[in-house]
Amino acid sequence: MSRLTQRFNDLHERGRTALIPFITAGDPNPSFTVPALHALVKAGADIIEVGVPFSDPMADGPVIQRASERALAHKMSLRKTLELVQQFRKDDQETPIVLMGYLNPIEAMGYEAFRDQAQASGVDGVLTVDMPPEEASEFLELLKASNIDPIFLLAPNSTEARIQKMGAMGRGYLYYVALKGVTGAGHLDLANVENKLKEIRQWTSLPLAVGFGVKNAETAAAIGQLSEGVVVGSALVSQIEAAQEDPSAALLGMTDLISSMRHALDAASGSLV
Amino acid sequence: MTLTTDFNTTEPYNLPDERGHFGPYGGVFVAETLMEPIDELRTAYERYMKDPEFLAELDRDLQYYVGRPSPIYHAERMSRHFGGAQIFLKREDLNHTGAHKVNNTIGQALLAQRMGKTRIIAETGAGQHGVATATVAARLGLECVVYMGEVDVARQAPNVLRMRLLGATVVPVSSGSKTLKDALNEAMRDWVTHVDNTFYIIGTVAGPHPYPAMVRDFQSVIGRESREQMMAQTGRLPDALIACVGGGSNAIGLFHPFIGDTEVAMYGVEAAGDGIETGRHSAPLSAGRPGVLHGNRTYLIEDDDGEIIETHSISAGLDYPGVGPEHAWLKDIGRAHYVAITDTEAMEGFHALTRMEGIIPALESSHAVAYAMKLAPTLDRDQQILINLSGRGDKDINTIAAREGITL
Repeated sequence: MSRLTQRFNDLHERGRTALIPFITAGDPNPSFTVPALHALVKAGADIIEVGVPFSDPMADGPVIQRASERALAHKMSLRKTLELVQQFRKDDQETPIVLMGYLNPIEAMGYEAFRDQAQASGVDGVLTVDMPPEEASEFLELLKASNIDPIFLLAPNSTEARIQKMGAMGRGYLYYVALKGVTGAGHLDLANVENKLKEIRQWTSLPLAVGFGVKNAETAAAIGQLSEGVVVGSALVSQIEAAQEDPSAALLGMTDLISSMRHALDAASGSLV
Repeated sequence: MTLTTDFNTTEPYNLPDERGHFGPYGGVFVAETLMEPIDELRTAYERYMKDPEFLAELDRDLQYYVGRPSPIYHAERMSRHFGGAQIFLKREDLNHTGAHKVNNTIGQALLAQRMGKTRIIAETGAGQHGVATATVAARLGLECVVYMGEVDVARQAPNVLRMRLLGATVVPVSSGSKTLKDALNEAMRDWVTHVDNTFYIIGTVAGPHPYPAMVRDFQSVIGRESREQMMAQTGRLPDALIACVGGGSNAIGLFHPFIGDTEVAMYGVEAAGDGIETGRHSAPLSAGRPGVLHGNRTYLIEDDDGEIIETHSISAGLDYPGVGPEHAWLKDIGRAHYVAITDTEAMEGFHALTRMEGIIPALESSHAVAYAMKLAPTLDRDQQILINLSGRGDKDINTIAAREGITL
């Protein structure tokens, strides 16, 4: 059983919703990332999505674009991201790490080399924003021989056929993009999210994590009532950006936000922490 | 001298496949939210490209609004000067709006109208595609937003004004390298946010399927006319075709109807900028490697980690790190040759055509002219080269003045 599946099973037993923060590797600089990952776990994160910086982040809003630019200014790369995950793993063998990014850095490394290095670094899932399942067969075949789960996105306009396809090809969890737009945009319509999640559940028993537009504890708690996981990205990266010259302040801003979401999620579900 | 291609096959050329692949290139590499609108677009494109009424309207617009067919002109003085093959020019610079770009924007805008979309977005580098999009949007009464890198907004100010006069909103893009690739990223972000009412008119043969095939089909009018005109004017097909390649829409438009004519050599001319060896260029086919960007797999200019590198060319329209996936395939199978011309050589081509034939070419097209100046002297006087003169050079006078130290 993969570390992701194990984690969702444990959380299910405890009646707890997965809190899944996203930060970009190397933002605002490479030495910030590993302490930040540990701090997020302490503040209540169950799984962490680590963004791999890319020069052309087509699906990201301005907040995460700037995070990518800050990281790239420090020569961050996929290779160095894997090194950071490996460092994190020295002190934490429990918390699943999911890499989130774009396909080209993986193409440049080569699918097989990537799989081997990611596995060796302790990566648990890979979410490649611009690789739909239609283009993923070779990559998925390679991942089968590893403990790495391919995570797919579903969107408000995903058709029934596509939901079935992702349900069959995805592992670990499915990531539901709660609004049409880029990361960090707009406001969530909870009723729409609820309806779409119901539709998705007709076709898959994979855990569902919801992201895009989760800005504060209140939204996180509301989403947590509908899904197995809540992803928070831009709101968290904004905390880093606001205090990028002062690492301890940035850490504090991040952990405050995650703690407040943790409390709100647990209060809403009445789970035993 | 006989020009040869390495291309030997009896298989009919019928690409892309149903999922948009040209061999390993092309495809659909986008985020999930764009899959449904792309599917909707593909369905509409497949339907209307077989719809006689749609095609008749497109033909009428190309004739009466764009001014097609564009003539083929025998550049006799230039041919004599270089002392080899006869040089012919396909005059896409004479189209309405001054470049080949309008062939495609007319087609896509008619498609947008059929699909009930009320809002048009586009990316632009040099501004030619932006102007061609703003033009058709004005004519059809559609809202139009054009994304343009801040660097390009500065160096193509006249085109920014033209777009605004045509009623378009021009949005300067300040992310990344602030050029064409970043404008494309921003247009994609707009599209994903407004998928319900918005049609994205991509200006080149790149992007996710069906764009590379669709833009090619709209631009292929260039090659279809050229075949007929060369037959009518010279009694035979040309020995070589030459076109500049940024994303590659004017080149594919010229090449595609000739792909089966294996006796016709094809040369795509990339921008070597300051020289391939300096790293400051825009020549992915000459000096890049395959990767995935902007929705398709193709040759890219990237570093070892797969991050896209900033490109350089004197010509904003060629300043792009990728290239259409069909060109990647034509390169790999040896059907087309891809070469590169530096900024300096392009300027020589620009001046030569201007002074010898009284035709001021766009800096993009000047790259094709410059390569013809190299190729023509190696051929016999009874051989024929056809250059796609994809645009006129008025838009570039500020760039040229700055480069040559002239104060306007």
